[in-house]
Amino acid sequence: MYLKSAYEIRNKYLRKDMLPTIFCPGCGIGSALQYTLRAIDDLKLNPDEIVWVSGIGCSSRVPGFVNFDGLHTTHGRALAFATGIKLANPDLKIIAFMGDGDAAAIGGNHFIHAIRRNLDVTVILINNFTYGMTGGQVAPTALKGLKGTTAPYGQFENPFDIAQLAVAAGANYVARWSVFNYLQGINSIKKALQKEGFSLVEFLSPCPVSFGRRNRMKTAPELLRWYQKITVPLAKAKKMPPEELEGKIVIGEFADRDRPGLAREYEEYKKRAKKMMGWEG
Amino acid sequence: MKYPFPVGRSDFIQGDEAIARAAILAGCRFYAGYPITPASEIFEAMALYMPLVDGVSIQMEDEIGSIATIIGASWAGAKAMTATSGPGFSLMQENLGYAVMTETPIVVVDVQRGGPSTGQPTLGAQGDVMQSIWGTHGDHSLIVLTPATVQEAFDMTIKAFNLAEKYRTPVVLLTDAEIAHMRERVYTPNPEDIEIIYRKLPANKEEARYPFGDIHGDMIPPMPVFGKGYRTYVTGLTHDEKGRPKTVDAEVHERLIRRIIDKLEKNKEDIVTYETFDLEDAEIAIISYGIVARSAIRAVRLLRREGIKAGLLKLNTIWPFDFDMIGNIAEQVRKIYVPEMNLGQLYHLVREGADGKAEVELIPKIGGEIHTPMDIIERIKRGV
Repeated sequence: MYLKSAYEIRNKYLRKDMLPTIFCPGCGIGSALQYTLRAIDDLKLNPDEIVWVSGIGCSSRVPGFVNFDGLHTTHGRALAFATGIKLANPDLKIIAFMGDGDAAAIGGNHFIHAIRRNLDVTVILINNFTYGMTGGQVAPTALKGLKGTTAPYGQFENPFDIAQLAVAAGANYVARWSVFNYLQGINSIKKALQKEGFSLVEFLSPCPVSFGRRNRMKTAPELLRWYQKITVPLAKAKKMPPEELEGKIVIGEFADRDRPGLAREYEEYKKRAKKMMGWEG
Repeated sequence: MKYPFPVGRSDFIQGDEAIARAAILAGCRFYAGYPITPASEIFEAMALYMPLVDGVSIQMEDEIGSIATIIGASWAGAKAMTATSGPGFSLMQENLGYAVMTETPIVVVDVQRGGPSTGQPTLGAQGDVMQSIWGTHGDHSLIVLTPATVQEAFDMTIKAFNLAEKYRTPVVLLTDAEIAHMRERVYTPNPEDIEIIYRKLPANKEEARYPFGDIHGDMIPPMPVFGKGYRTYVTGLTHDEKGRPKTVDAEVHERLIRRIIDKLEKNKEDIVTYETFDLEDAEIAIISYGIVARSAIRAVRLLRREGIKAGLLKLNTIWPFDFDMIGNIAEQVRKIYVPEMNLGQLYHLVREGADGKAEVELIPKIGGEIHTPMDIIERIKRGV
């Protein structure tokens, strides 16, 4: 099933004149991008019917590298732009590449409301606990004690659990993996892309340069090993007492449901409006 | 096409309602907004009409989201609008700049109220003049229109869409609480009698490769629509003609920004409109815009009756600004008065245009009341 080489995927979907990417050695964004492209390839989706949107940050540069229609917007606002694209042309499928700071800090309001509306979009969320592009400031996902340039003595605030936030706000599909879980990752993206409404696949993704070296993990392998240590599969987590889950991150599928998406809801709303007004347009 | 409001005849409606109806007649099929006094009636009218004309009306989580959504809709091919007032307009400035940088046609209505901050939510003002022109960061240009009557609010909304589409630019319709909430007779033409402009689309895949290139020599690149197989990449970063980020290339940046500014500056003759009253032989000129221009017209008439040679320049477009025209007036008259419902905003542009050739005096008024004709007359008489 995954016989295609990475080169084949690259040649088929990336803009050659935009390479090399801006990503640092050991960065996990390329992995998440590869999983997304493999999922698109496996599902045989038509690239002409897909629009990639993003905000600001390292992961938000992804739409520039893929050969699709793409809208690289302002910090945190990608999902609001996506709302306009989707409702203006419901035939388009939308993929949003977002970072943890982009989605959960500056874009938090757009994020929860896009989920509440069940906007038809697949969000690939790169969670690296840090603001990589600006040099390693702490993100709202940073676990207590992790260091960043703006919390040099260790984060003192509580972190956001983005996946749980999405579940609570009503997303149709929510999964979280580390980029280490490549098969689960690809399968989750495939499920997400086939969903109506809001789907989220969150990836714990290494940022050795801005994050790892400030936290005694200078290389990607060290970060991946750390992910193995701090992640707990959902089935196992369910049997663990809350104290033991302190400082851990649960991975797995958290939501898989089929509520109608925003585009379809709006079509129904238009019909209702016309009926209520006795309108035959 | 059937419309959910009367066309081809006059109706007695609010400014906000007139703006909504005109937008739909101009081809607007996408509205995103957030409630705010005194602009909410625009949204409410859009919410009522849009589903009936197969358009979209959606309430966003804030004004940042509202303008972001209409920019997205515009790239998906829709004519799109949002409306707000000062506090919301401030929130929109970030993405207004994005629309400038990505040359996205959108219409933003700012129904001014007293500020700063929450200020006087129900009272009119002209405090957002500078914000409408210079609110977003960086070198840029955009179009700002200023209606003085409900009929003008209607007509200029159609014009706003036409200019946005023609020049691939955001257009701000800068009105105020007085016009928004005032009811006046408005003539709605038959739709077939309204001139509608739609953006220039790429003729083929080759043209679509340059979504930010001056390939026709008119400084306005054809705008690809998402989903047509063009694989267009749009970014707020400085970009070359193909849309590729070029963030440290001074030449690319200057070429892009100068073209974005020049496409409006060099088409001023087409964009800028104004009216004059008794200006031909005037020794005293009043330069005004928006609701205050109505008091200014009355002031001119009353001053003329008393033998004072006053005239009025009523600006319908305040950006791009015709500095040369102001200079010509300054050469002709002894003094220029600028009545504004603020403590001096357009006044500074007029002074720059007059360039010392005539004295320019501000007639400011804040607090929520419009200048009466007597406010203007008394001030002018003091100087005679």
